[in-house]
Amino acid sequence: MKYLSEYRNPELVKKYLDEIHQSCTKPWMIMEVCGGQTHSIVKNGLLQLLPKEITMVHGPGCPVCVTPMHLIDKAVYLALKEKVILCSFGDMLRVPGSTDSLLEAKSKGADVRILYSPLEAVKLAKDNPDKQVVFFAVGFETTAPANALSVLHAHREGLENYSILASHVLVPPAIDAVMNDDLVKIQGFLAAGHVCTIMGIGEYGPLVEKYQVPIVVTGFEPVDILHGILMVVKQLEKSEHKLENQYARVVRPEGNPEARKVIEEVFEITDREWRGVGNIPLSGYQVKEQYAAFDANKKFSIKMPKVEENPECIAGQVLKGIKKPHECPQFGKGCTPERPLGAPMVSSEGACAAYYHFSKISGQLTEA
Amino acid sequence: MCLAIPGKIKSIETMYDGLVRMAKIQFGGIMKQASLEMVPQAKVGDYVLVHVGVAISIVDEEEAKKSFEYLEQIGEIDELIEHTQTDRNDLPSINSSKSQSADGA
Ligand code: SF4
Repeated sequence: MKYLSEYRNPELVKKYLDEIHQSCTKPWMIMEVCGGQTHSIVKNGLLQLLPKEITMVHGPGCPVCVTPMHLIDKAVYLALKEKVILCSFGDMLRVPGSTDSLLEAKSKGADVRILYSPLEAVKLAKDNPDKQVVFFAVGFETTAPANALSVLHAHREGLENYSILASHVLVPPAIDAVMNDDLVKIQGFLAAGHVCTIMGIGEYGPLVEKYQVPIVVTGFEPVDILHGILMVVKQLEKSEHKLENQYARVVRPEGNPEARKVIEEVFEITDREWRGVGNIPLSGYQVKEQYAAFDANKKFSIKMPKVEENPECIAGQVLKGIKKPHECPQFGKGCTPERPLGAPMVSSEGACAAYYHFSKISGQLTEA
Repeated sequence: MCLAIPGKIKSIETMYDGLVRMAKIQFGGIMKQASLEMVPQAKVGDYVLVHVGVAISIVDEEEAKKSFEYLEQIGEIDELIEHTQTDRNDLPSINSSKSQSADGA
């Protein structure tokens, strides 16, 4: 999509772009946290339409990308066990572990299945009483209610052969961790709309105050993103920092209380390791003791050795906006979506893959 | 994977002795099941945002249609279609089915 007329709402796109160009007088660095937004920004060519003063940094908001390698190894190990059906969302299959990806495990005979919903995995467990069904439950707050529901449904069914391998991550602690790094120069944030649909916007107020940065809860379509950027730029130009909600047509300030209740029933907050970023305190969910029977970590009590990331992958710096994907020496050479070295090259929502497919910035790569 | 897709509730059934409401939801030409546990007020004919088999909020009809068109245009609906065609393991079977309303609402 290169021409304005190709957007779903070209007049509005043009209006926001004009306003951004008029409002912006200084260089600003803004991070969009959500991988869905990264995908939309790069795919719709928004980077080329924004004033050159604005640098968009693509944050750690792709759950596939930040799932640590030892968890991928654990999923691969489980998948290769006899009588185990390992299920996950499609994006997870090609993520490289230390030796294999789930796709490679599948080619070695493991029963690995791609599902659309964790609730389908419960049905699979019910239909296969002689097998253990494990759902690789990755995701941000948006996905947590579905993964929690699968545990509650399995509990109601009295299933003893269903469990989840939880790798849940949370957005606010990630913003906190990013801002805590002295090398990071981000001045404003677009927060993820669908995450806030569940959690509400209350958690972001303290971050606005702590770091004196504007945070605007934003949707994922080009019009939403440009509107969100405009709202951040207007605040920055006036030296303000406020929490605003661009996506109010979907996001209610209190979020979805029913969804939060389900999350609280099944999960509790824990420290989590983010691939490329490292350990972030209180940044994820784990299954509560009460539902330990559905926690694959406890059920199969596996200890996987910690493994080092490929040292040539600079994913951590990319996810914090210190480097752009095409500044990685491996980008498009040793690392491509077909043969990814690091996780951000795997999912279409990862910054490296988004750049590889759609960006002309590198100059050497044609649009895929 | 974090996108939520808007669709229209065509019918609602219950399972687990009425504890859980499941809906048939239409996304363009595709029909999928989703849990309505997070949207207790949702009724047949409403548009809901669905993320990995769970409706997470009720949305305005106009907005839902526009946003679906956009998702279709950028190819995000393809993933949904792919999974609909390849997986034979549909959502949980509905035991005590008490249909609230039929199609066409
Ligand atoms: S291009 Fe590949 S190697 Fe470089 S940071 Fe991205 S994922 Fe890592």
